[in-house]
Amino acid sequence: MTGAEAGQRDVRMTGAETGQLDGRTTVTERGPLPAVTYDVAIIGAGVVGSAVARALARHPRLRVALVEAQDDVGQGTSKANTAILHTGFDAVPGSLEARLVREGARQLAAYAAESGIPVEPVGALLVAWDEEQLAALPRLAEKAERNEYHAARLLGPAELYAREPRLGPGARGALHVPGESIICPWTTTLAYATQAVRHGVDLHLNCRVEQASRQDGSHVLKTSRGALRARRLVNAAGLHADTLDAQLGHDDFTVTPRRGQLLVFDKFARTLVHHLLLPVPTALGKGVLVAPTVYGNVLLGPTAEDLHDKRATGSTADALAGLRDKGRRILPALLDEEVTAVYAGLRAATGHDDYRIRAHPEQAYVTVGGIRSTGLTASLAIAEHVTGLLTETGLDPGPERELEPVRMPNLGEAFPRPYQRPDLIAADPQYGTLVCHCERVSRGEIRDALAATIPPRTLDGLRRRTRARAGRCQGFYCGAAVRALFEEAGA
Amino acid sequence: MRQVDVLVVGAGPAGLAAARLAAAGAGRVEVLDREQQAGGVPRHCAHGGFGTWSRPLTGPAYARLLADAAVRAGAVVRTGVTALDWAGPLALTTVSAAGPETITARAIVLATGARERPRTARLVPGTRPAGVYTTGELQQAVHLHRQPVGTRAVVVGAQDVSYAAADTVRAAGADVVAMVTELPRAQTASVRALDARLRRGIPLLTDTTVTELLGHGRLSGVRVHHRDGRTATLPCDTVVFTGDFVPDHELARRGGLPLDPGTRGPAVDGVLRTARPGVFAVGSVLHAVESAATAAREGAHAAEAVLAALVGAEWPDGVPLTVDPPLRWIAPNRVTPADRHPYVLRTAALLTRPVLHVTQDGRLLHRRPLRSAVPNRTLTLTARWTPRVDPKGGPVRVSVA
Ligand SMILES: Cc1cc2nc3c(=O)[nH]c(=O)nc-3n(C[C@H](O)[C@H](O)[C@H](O)COP(=O)(O)OP(=O)(O)OC[C@H]3O[C@@H](n4cnc5c(N)ncnc54)[C@H](O)[C@@H]3O)c2cc1C
Ligand SMILES: Cc1cc2nc3c(=O)[nH]c(=O)nc-3n(C[C@H](O)[C@H](O)[C@H](O)COP(=O)(O)OP(=O)(O)OC[C@H]3O[C@@H](n4cnc5c(N)ncnc54)[C@H](O)[C@@H]3O)c2cc1C
Repeated sequence: MTGAEAGQRDVRMTGAETGQLDGRTTVTERGPLPAVTYDVAIIGAGVVGSAVARALARHPRLRVALVEAQDDVGQGTSKANTAILHTGFDAVPGSLEARLVREGARQLAAYAAESGIPVEPVGALLVAWDEEQLAALPRLAEKAERNEYHAARLLGPAELYAREPRLGPGARGALHVPGESIICPWTTTLAYATQAVRHGVDLHLNCRVEQASRQDGSHVLKTSRGALRARRLVNAAGLHADTLDAQLGHDDFTVTPRRGQLLVFDKFARTLVHHLLLPVPTALGKGVLVAPTVYGNVLLGPTAEDLHDKRATGSTADALAGLRDKGRRILPALLDEEVTAVYAGLRAATGHDDYRIRAHPEQAYVTVGGIRSTGLTASLAIAEHVTGLLTETGLDPGPERELEPVRMPNLGEAFPRPYQRPDLIAADPQYGTLVCHCERVSRGEIRDALAATIPPRTLDGLRRRTRARAGRCQGFYCGAAVRALFEEAGA
Repeated sequence: MRQVDVLVVGAGPAGLAAARLAAAGAGRVEVLDREQQAGGVPRHCAHGGFGTWSRPLTGPAYARLLADAAVRAGAVVRTGVTALDWAGPLALTTVSAAGPETITARAIVLATGARERPRTARLVPGTRPAGVYTTGELQQAVHLHRQPVGTRAVVVGAQDVSYAAADTVRAAGADVVAMVTELPRAQTASVRALDARLRRGIPLLTDTTVTELLGHGRLSGVRVHHRDGRTATLPCDTVVFTGDFVPDHELARRGGLPLDPGTRGPAVDGVLRTARPGVFAVGSVLHAVESAATAAREGAHAAEAVLAALVGAEWPDGVPLTVDPPLRWIAPNRVTPADRHPYVLRTAALLTRPVLHVTQDGRLLHRRPLRSAVPNRTLTLTARWTPRVDPKGGPVRVSVA
């Protein structure tokens, strides 16, 4: 089953909430918080916090709150990355990150198949453009072996150009890593959070934790919507994890936002490239990548700029020009196509080589910090690891159940979209009525998203759920119509 | 699989005009439009300036008139139908609320229009706040959906469509803080530019580029840079990116039709034939953009050629028609000696008293002095010289002497 059916099922589910065991879901965005003491509060509904919430939702006796400062899940770094489901072939061998990426990749691939999250196993080519990079390839292949990844293979120029005929001239060879995939980051976070909420986790949006402290053996969080009490605390606040950690008396790490700017090229560019084209890391730093997306576009980026402002998700002229120069070398024809979107994400760099995940048993507190550039891939394994830390440090999770699967609307081009499904349109003509023409988003999908378990609060939220307005016209044709549907729904 | 005689994709002025005239002479003529209403862009141009001198109309009235005329002539106008892709040289797959359908035709006319380049495609850096529009979205928001659009707007551009955007901002009850153009002057009729500046008090910043958008959540301002090095921040909550049109050539490209490198629309000859026998293209997809009247006229011209093709007229190759810089493009952009309709072209730079030279293989075919040439404004060239074109010769070039 693919997305469109999922779309439909999603409606049925939200109507009857069949995925939710006691038939009630709690997603709040304003007003006071429930005056209960939660067993666990998770701060931050990025891909990591949402995955932790989902993992805890397996335990029906636990009362869990997922607390998010913004008006939607996945609005931090989790929405703005390069969307690669990594194999972990190049991780630091023996690190926690290496293990969690390896395990997480496997788990997420399976979860994606079950939940309708689009994944395309395109494979990666680390392309060497000079002698130094060429010399680095065998070392990378060896590192892959040490990371228990055995499928990496060296390619000569002939084979490389046979695989990627549009590659710019001068490539010397490549390391082929067939296991690297592309994934939809938006659907991933939303699937976790949806499943968590349907299994009884309370999601509180617009709820910034301003001060974390402990009173009488429990946590009292001062939030922008009042106080929230919890016996145990998980800090998954991404870029702000260090601030909360400091409030609880720790100075394990400082987050320095490392900005990555990216260009999204028009769908016409998609046929130019077949694999992820990754740079070969050398002493001179990391280059940029060219990556297909599951939506049928091509990404070029990211930059790596160390900053101080944790809100600095803007783009700069210099960086965009620099990316275009690098892109021209890698895939010259790419630059002939229009740019559809520009965005930037902030990596939570900490100056450490590994994740900063630590349990503080005396405080009934777990920090999940420094989930820098692989958090999407590792999310499910991080969640399991964190759940383990919570139970090891005294949380009694009670009985465990299987989660009802979620089925998310399909946003990927490799799977049938609703407008391509005659059966679906026959059952509901709204799936044949296109509203966003560039991305071919139907009225039915927009309606479903607006009625879903976690509905969007903004047009950007709607875009991440449907792709509406995400295309080459950026709303020239459909912007006003999409807004009208959004406002009609009283969102 | 259904069969029609003529299938027109796009029910804007060009497609509707083509359908109306084709319907008068062919069997089943069908026009598809992916929007719920026929009419194309004029649907949301709530101002005058359409129609004819004797019968001036607003955009929406003009759109209705064209749609009604097509239907009256016997064309079938189907809205809410998207042409998705090609199923053969003269067959398209479509989808609508009624489901998928493949339609084959004896002739296909592409009239898919054009859009303005959005902020992202222009690579304007900065944050990604709300309040960023193109004219197309703005007009639909204000005139079709009565949506509020903020209170203070900067309009990027100073060509006809930019002034239409400024009017729309004001119609929505908001102020235009400034109009900004990279060029040294406005690119519209001088009365219009003067009226905006003097009577409405809208400053025009020439030689100026928008270098950054500011604000989290909602736009708070735009940073501008003058050619002389001065910079400033214009506080505003709305910015409208106008003009900088790109043809909607998706179907043309998916079908593998050769594009003209200047216009980026399908290459066509003087009677709007593309490189593929049976496939025509008209309107903004050929030259983003000219007036609606030009688009409609072209639709009518194409209809004649469509009817001729249906009774077996040959499909000559023609030779390429190209421009040299500072000219940007010319349309049509292939030429046969029989071509009779005038050409439209554009310049990238302001030119005073330029002389256009049309040459083939070093042979001068035509020479035409002009008073001036302004970027983003229409230049026309007659087709009187086409009989002198050697159909077996090299490309015909238009240059500025
Ligand atoms: C350019 C770039 C490319 C990347 N590419 C990849 C890739 O290809 N593959 C991959 O696996 N990973 C990639 N990553 C990494 C991945 O995106 C991150 O590791 C992951 O998104 C981190 O998730 P998170 O939940 O920890 O953080 P976030 O998504 O930032 O979530 C943290 C959340 O906490 C909330 N919050 C913060 N403070 C508070 C507070 N006080 N109160 C309440 N809520 C709060 C925030 O609003 C936010 O929603 C990339 C990252 C970047 C920047
Ligand atoms: C914002 C703006 C303002 C303008 N203002 C003026 C003005 O004031 N006066 C003036 O004379 N001219 C104006 N113009 C120019 C004028 O609108 C165009 O010359 C005219 O609309 C061109 O007609 P067309 O039929 O080629 O394209 P359009 O009017 O753009 O119509 C194209 C149609 O094709 C449909 N379509 C596209 N792809 C598909 C597909 N795959 N399947 C089905 N349908 C499809 C679209 O939905 C659309 O309805 C303006 C243009 C713009 C963009």
